[in-house]
Amino acid sequence: MSLLERLRTGLRRTADQLRGRFDGLPDARPAARGARGGAVAAIDTLDALEEILLEADLGVAATTRLVEAARDRAGDGDLRSVVRAELLRVLDAANPAPAPAARPRVVLVVGVNGTGKTTTVGRLARLVMDAGERPVICAADTFRAAAVEQLEVWARRVDADFVRARPGSDPAAVVFDAISSGKARGRDVVLVDTAGRLHTRSNLMGELDKIRRVAGKAVEGAPHETLLVLDATVGQNGLSQARAFLESAGVTGIVLTKLDGTAKGGIAAAITAELGVPIRYVGVGEQIEDLLPFSPVEYVDALFESGW
Amino acid sequence: MFGSLSERLQSVFAAVRRDARLTPESVETALREIRLALLEADVNFKVVRAFIDRVRDRAVDRSVLESLTPTQQVVAIVRDELRALLGDGQGGLPPSRQRPQVVLLLGLQGAGKTTTTVKLAKWLERQGRHALAVSTDVRRPAAIEQLRLLAGDAGVRVHEPDPGTSVAARAAGAVESARSLGFDVVLVDTAGRLHIADDLMGELETLKVAVEPSELLYVADAMTGQDAIKSAGEFNRRIGIDGVVLTKMDGDARGGAALSVVSVVGVPVTFVGDGERIDDFHPFHPDRLVSRMLGMGDVLSLVEKAEQVVSREEASRLELKIRRNDFTLQDMRDQLTAVKRMGPLDRLMDLIPGMGGMASQMPGDVDPRALGRTMAIIDSMTPRERGRHQIINGSRRRRIARGSGTTVQEVNRLLKQFVEMRRVLRSVGAGSRARKGKRGRRAAPLPPGMGFPGR
Repeated sequence: MSLLERLRTGLRRTADQLRGRFDGLPDARPAARGARGGAVAAIDTLDALEEILLEADLGVAATTRLVEAARDRAGDGDLRSVVRAELLRVLDAANPAPAPAARPRVVLVVGVNGTGKTTTVGRLARLVMDAGERPVICAADTFRAAAVEQLEVWARRVDADFVRARPGSDPAAVVFDAISSGKARGRDVVLVDTAGRLHTRSNLMGELDKIRRVAGKAVEGAPHETLLVLDATVGQNGLSQARAFLESAGVTGIVLTKLDGTAKGGIAAAITAELGVPIRYVGVGEQIEDLLPFSPVEYVDALFESGW
Repeated sequence: MFGSLSERLQSVFAAVRRDARLTPESVETALREIRLALLEADVNFKVVRAFIDRVRDRAVDRSVLESLTPTQQVVAIVRDELRALLGDGQGGLPPSRQRPQVVLLLGLQGAGKTTTTVKLAKWLERQGRHALAVSTDVRRPAAIEQLRLLAGDAGVRVHEPDPGTSVAARAAGAVESARSLGFDVVLVDTAGRLHIADDLMGELETLKVAVEPSELLYVADAMTGQDAIKSAGEFNRRIGIDGVVLTKMDGDARGGAALSVVSVVGVPVTFVGDGERIDDFHPFHPDRLVSRMLGMGDVLSLVEKAEQVVSREEASRLELKIRRNDFTLQDMRDQLTAVKRMGPLDRLMDLIPGMGGMASQMPGDVDPRALGRTMAIIDSMTPRERGRHQIINGSRRRRIARGSGTTVQEVNRLLKQFVEMRRVLRSVGAGSRARKGKRGRRAAPLPPGMGFPGR
């Protein structure tokens, strides 16, 4: 099933259930505007467009930009195609850099608490194996209770090498061990799960910096990729998270999880627009194969699917 | 918490206050800013629209614009409307007649249900109520293990049936066990689920029938965006929720989703989780939050925090010392320890009226390490030096600087601040004595650490 189909099924399910349920809210659009004749359609549509973008969590700044782009070019065809093209331009501009040739390639997975980092690492391992490569899974979340056990279950499910830390030990040391073990066994990729941390905690962000330095000592150029896991339900705080993790962990891509709910994770698109960090993968379900490479066209279409 | 939203609102009001007279246009400008501030705080756009319209209706009223203090009136209107939006819940978890009282915690994946379960158990314990926790998350790998480990560290009892026990049987078993062991409350942690996952919502319905909870708490991530009302609304429609627990409030999330949920779904926020420590968990007070959002400070929360770490005897002993003017470096060190126990400094600053914006204006100054250095300096003094700061001469200063890994300049600065602090305290002490005579009532003890000099 393609991403689009998955998203469509998810969104349709939602749309059917929710349609009309939140319409009870007072609708404050002034009726007076209806009296202005010809302008009504365009303004109303711009308002509708603004609502859709705001509701998808794109945020005020990105929404304003898109609405203005639509207003400027309202002449050439319908608004949806203008905005669609504009969004695609932004998302396509942030093309991920080609994967470096290093061996093993070190992929660091970071994010705030509860976004789905551990699950994402399990699923990334599966994607790596599907591509014919052998991963090492490294459990560097030495803080959260049972995080290591949780990842171990995933490692067993995909039958990947697993390097674990003792609770409370230094995560950087575990990362070093995992990379050394990957080198010794000739593995292609080392996937590192880190503890969830709020981006405002400077000491915990400093710990990430240490992990990066230690990884760089174990293999040239590591970490080669740093993926920020964002929960699709996150609002404007996502931008603040992305900024902080970009600054202290050099994030190279975003994984947008839990897209199978009603949230659309529009803030990820706003992050791409603002910071140039590409979305790399999306999580769309509960199964291990429900992590898919990101496709801008399918995402943008799904974004508008239920709204219009 | 709610930091940036209150900053935005405060700057809006600062701008409004500059205008001597309000016009419908200037009200409109302020409203546009408020709208932006609320949208950027993730308040649902429909809620924002309704809110702005209500404020506008009341603010452009002639009696407001022509009154002598139009801007204060507008601020008051916004305050009223925010209060109306947040409801007048009391926060916390009142006891029910049910024995044991069964509380179900539900929500999306990653909201923080398991952590909340343990934090709530500890909060109940502080209220003198004993809670038994049980996990019914048989789906996520190691979820049951997570609750057991977390609860174990916190000294919270967990009901552990055989692996393979069904979801409903796990919860029912916990209730049975709590009844025979004499626990007051059973906290049922559930698996995270999407509100549109029909089968999993069905599982919750079954669970609800099996244990008949008196409270259903919806655990929500403070960073949630516009989707908050959909998910909370759907949980409420299918299962019914009595309250919302807002987690991860220690970040820089503006928490506008809370406003949306309260106003659209119509259930109050009961607790707020704002840190990684088990004790970082508090009943939610809408009134205090509104004051804080508008930059009026929150003295009540500050006093409560202080009371948590300083006993009443300690406080009155200190007060006596201040009156007698024998406040020593040792007392200052005790105060600093108490301040440290109260939590990060920048968060305390938000609670002090008029100080809300200060923390962000001087980020370098509210350096938690400065506090550590100050304590190190005092720790490097002899007991005699701590009791009588006058004897600390040049050579003693050099020794103290070496011992604490600081410089003589830093030691000098600390001593200067200490002397200044004593001077201020003496006048406060004298003041409270004077008032005592006049009003026949003692002034409240000085909150510990208010004269903190470590910056």
